[in-house]
Amino acid sequence: MQARSLCAQEAETESIRFLVGTQSLRAENQVHFIDFDDENSIIKKTIFRHRDGEIWNMSASTFDSSLFTTCFNKTSYTSNESLESPLSDELSFFNIVTIAFNTEAPALDKSPSVGICEDRLICWDLNTASSSAKVTNSKNMEGRSHSKTISGRWNPHHNCQQVATAVDTAVKGWDLRTMSQVYQIESAHSQLVRDLDFNPNKQYYLATCGDDCRIKFWDTRNLGQPLKILSEHSHWVWSVRFNRFHDQLVLTSSSDSRVVLNSVVSLSSEPYGHLVDNDDDEGNNEEREGGDEDSLKEESQEPLKDGVIATYEEHEDSVYAADWSSADPWTFASLSYDGRLVINHVPRSEKYKILL
Amino acid sequence: MASKYNENGGMEERQRRRDLKMYYGLENGEIEAEGSVQHAMINSTDPCNLDGANFQPQTYLSKLIQERSLTELMDEEQKMVKDIRGLDSDMQTLVYENYNKFISATDTIRKMKNDFRKMEDEMDHLASNMSAITDFSASISGTLQDRRQQITKLAGVHSLLKKLQFLFELPARLNKCIEMEAYVQAVRYYTKAQRVLHQYDHMPSFQGIHADCESIIKQLRMKLMERFRQKESTAKQLTECVDLLTQLGEPAESLCDEFLSHAKQKLDEDLEEMQTQIKLYSGEPTPGHEQRPSHAYMNTGMDVLEFVDLGCNGFLSNMCLVIASYNDMFMNRTVTDESLDTIALRKLVLFVNELMEQYFNSVRQRVQLEKETGDNTILVRALDRFHRRLQAMNKLLPDTDFSRAGTEIVSRGARDRVSHYLQSLKQHFSDCLTDIRQNLAAPRLVGKQDNTARLSELLANMQSSVVEQIKSVLGNLQAFIAPDITFAMKPYFRGPFCSQDVREGLVVAFIKHICINCNDFCEVPGDKTTSPPALLMILSRFCIDLENASISYLLSLAEEQFMVEDITPLTTTTELFAMAKDTGQRLLNHYVKVQGLTISQMLRKSVETRDWLTTIEPRNVRAVMKRVVEDITAIDMQVGQLYEEGVRKERSSDSSRRTHALSASQQNRRPQWNYAPSVDNSLMSNIQKLFSEKIEIFSAVEFSKVSVLTGIVKISLKTFLECVRLRTFGKYGLQQIQVDTHYLQLYLWRFVSDENLVQVLLDEIVCSAVHRCVTDKAMMEPSVIDLICERG
Repeated sequence: MQARSLCAQEAETESIRFLVGTQSLRAENQVHFIDFDDENSIIKKTIFRHRDGEIWNMSASTFDSSLFTTCFNKTSYTSNESLESPLSDELSFFNIVTIAFNTEAPALDKSPSVGICEDRLICWDLNTASSSAKVTNSKNMEGRSHSKTISGRWNPHHNCQQVATAVDTAVKGWDLRTMSQVYQIESAHSQLVRDLDFNPNKQYYLATCGDDCRIKFWDTRNLGQPLKILSEHSHWVWSVRFNRFHDQLVLTSSSDSRVVLNSVVSLSSEPYGHLVDNDDDEGNNEEREGGDEDSLKEESQEPLKDGVIATYEEHEDSVYAADWSSADPWTFASLSYDGRLVINHVPRSEKYKILL
Repeated sequence: MASKYNENGGMEERQRRRDLKMYYGLENGEIEAEGSVQHAMINSTDPCNLDGANFQPQTYLSKLIQERSLTELMDEEQKMVKDIRGLDSDMQTLVYENYNKFISATDTIRKMKNDFRKMEDEMDHLASNMSAITDFSASISGTLQDRRQQITKLAGVHSLLKKLQFLFELPARLNKCIEMEAYVQAVRYYTKAQRVLHQYDHMPSFQGIHADCESIIKQLRMKLMERFRQKESTAKQLTECVDLLTQLGEPAESLCDEFLSHAKQKLDEDLEEMQTQIKLYSGEPTPGHEQRPSHAYMNTGMDVLEFVDLGCNGFLSNMCLVIASYNDMFMNRTVTDESLDTIALRKLVLFVNELMEQYFNSVRQRVQLEKETGDNTILVRALDRFHRRLQAMNKLLPDTDFSRAGTEIVSRGARDRVSHYLQSLKQHFSDCLTDIRQNLAAPRLVGKQDNTARLSELLANMQSSVVEQIKSVLGNLQAFIAPDITFAMKPYFRGPFCSQDVREGLVVAFIKHICINCNDFCEVPGDKTTSPPALLMILSRFCIDLENASISYLLSLAEEQFMVEDITPLTTTTELFAMAKDTGQRLLNHYVKVQGLTISQMLRKSVETRDWLTTIEPRNVRAVMKRVVEDITAIDMQVGQLYEEGVRKERSSDSSRRTHALSASQQNRRPQWNYAPSVDNSLMSNIQKLFSEKIEIFSAVEFSKVSVLTGIVKISLKTFLECVRLRTFGKYGLQQIQVDTHYLQLYLWRFVSDENLVQVLLDEIVCSAVHRCVTDKAMMEPSVIDLICERG
């Protein structure tokens, strides 16, 4: 089964859990709930049915482990579904690209979230108790006819009042209190910007990736020049994710069917330049939904400085999604189009280097 | 014997006289002088010799009787008688003669007696006269004795008075001398009088004179000092002044200072003049010349040669003069002691160093201003003159080394030149680039054929012009090491200049500049308008050509022309090769990327903007695909201009066979399309991928046409694939994709190195489209696809 969407169950902090949504037009779609037991390397898989259509994007609530959203396509339109298992209220908006949960919950049963459509920005208050969602705010994003929004993320800082979206080759920042644009990175990439992520531990720092095969790091206070450019991939980079705990670890996936784990110590919140002794021991664990065993190639680690930590080449098709586990800072999953999910660990040597 | 005498009467006569002389005992010496007399003398001991003193008549007689006959005796007897007679007569004559003589002698004696008597009287008279004279003279001298003493005294007084007069007149005289400016005389007078004055200082009158003199001399000293300080006074005058002043007891040290400060003024003027020239040249407004606009207009600054001449003739010659006269004045004196010498020398050296530094500064400034002119022979000549002049200077003042500083200026000037040339080379290079840009932009209006045909021409033009430019620059720079230039022969100039400046600073730096500049073209992201792809292409080829030929040619040219021997510490050719190759590679990669992106942009737009769900049944190949093929063909031609064909993976050389092979392979593949989706297309594609190699999309390409085009095609098709995956297709949408991919397959194989690659990518596109299709079993019949493609 083809699959495009992957997310970590962000509210879960005990065990390593991922959600995967399939993308099939003809067969019935599923949401796979994967529980990975790190110690025994056992995967438990729970499958939910998702009859409504192919899933393009998923995101999990940051405070309620039972809540997640999918963006799906019913052959002719995309809509949002917020569900535990029952589907209560279907919010039908046209062309929803992604939904992002606020990381701060103002009340127990209310969670604000933002939906990003191709041409507008919508805020909801999701109420789990009543299983309802209320639109609190929406904003049309003016733009040229062909510039569609591709992706968007909450800014975890500043009291969670900001959202950044990727529109064509630009990145725009929005203030949700006024629903107005606060900044814009014009032509952040020479081609489409595919994804972006905020550094969870360091304010203003933002990573973007795009069709020009590059990953760029920005400071939103100074948008003239990127802070750093990585070009490790040989095709479009589809996702970029900071590690929530150790933000020097940056995970990127690309349609060259590679997943690259970068270390960007120079831009991380951690003090830069402390010395760590080398440890050649490397560990990783790799499991796969498909079940086929395959050898794992891993590049040797480098000392604690900027650079590629490892390149993972287990995938045979384009890798459209990759995400860190919310529970274990050293585990991450990547999903390729052919439906293969790979769970990997950060090499142990690198881990020790960061920890020690 | 008698007969012998008879034979010669003359002999006889003489014999006789001699006998007489002997008789009178006269003149012995006279007799001895004659040979015959000797004979007679020898025979005189002979008792038989008649004339001999030892004649013994008895012996002679008996000898005659014994030896001679009677007749002979008779003859002898007659002869003897004859002889005796002759002798007697002779005797008589003699006596007579002698008697007469005697009488006359007696007369004479008598007369003499009388005369003597007279004389005696006169003598007595004389004696009495003489005694009278003596008496007189004694009396005179007696009387004059007193006078004489008086006179000598008077003469002494007179000379003393003269001296005193001189002393008394001295002030006036000195004044006069000073008035007449005969300072030498004045000083001489003064030095003469000084001692005396000093001696008789205790006497009041002398004291007055002394004071007067002192004041006058003070005046004189002032005057001399004044003259010494005057700007106009010549060196000779100065020397004189200094001479006089030292005679007057001025301390030499302060004189040194005075002299030097005076000289400094003059030299400062020279330096000032040079500075003005510099300002004039650099176009700064000089306040001094503002009130005279016409003058300023004329003086737009002289060129560097004139400037250096000015410096040499004005400043340096003055400096030499100063040093020389200084040496004369203060150093080479016999009287001065060692310490003074060293002090004076130190002062001079300090002074000279300070001024030379200023001079060097201004020359340096001036040389640095020398940027604009293209021709550097003047500069070289100027520098040469400067250098030579400095060496002469060095000889004059052996303790200091100005040539080091001078050479530094020279080499800095040379280095400036080199960097200037480098700048102009860079300028030229960027001009070339602009040129090419314009050329590329212009014919695009005319037509593509024209455009592509020009690429190689442009490349060749650029190459040759760049190489020519470097060559001409090298030629120009050779002026610096021309054999008639003195500083060119100095190893400390030549070595660094040739290897560091020319080779490293010019040639290597320029090549590096080209590489860096070219690299910059790759670094500009998303700015496609600034660098047209064809330019990238040309530059890439240019870099490769650099690597292949030009670098080694240029370097060897430079090394040859400048005789660089030691190249170990310099940039190696391999380094440059690697750099150029790297740059070429990057440019070509960038080219592939840019072209690939242009095409993929086209494909992406075409996929994104179309509604694939509700599209109508395909009748044609979409225009976009035709456009893509057209563009790739154009690119192929463009690349073909500059790069060789390259190697294909298989069955590449024979294109006539290709169509056959293609159709055959198509036949093989088509069933897969028909059946795979219906069974399990994901499994099929997975298996297929397992066996095929992973395709690097944006990978490095080789320097060949095929490789370049393969890269472009890969990028385009991969984009196509990704775009298809993002869409949802209806039945006819899928069919349209089928038609499009088939069309691409028909036309793209010929451009790539491995046609399987195209095949795999196109298959994947179709597979993805099948996945994204809402309906099952919507594939189009291959025959229909063929038909449509052939029609389109």
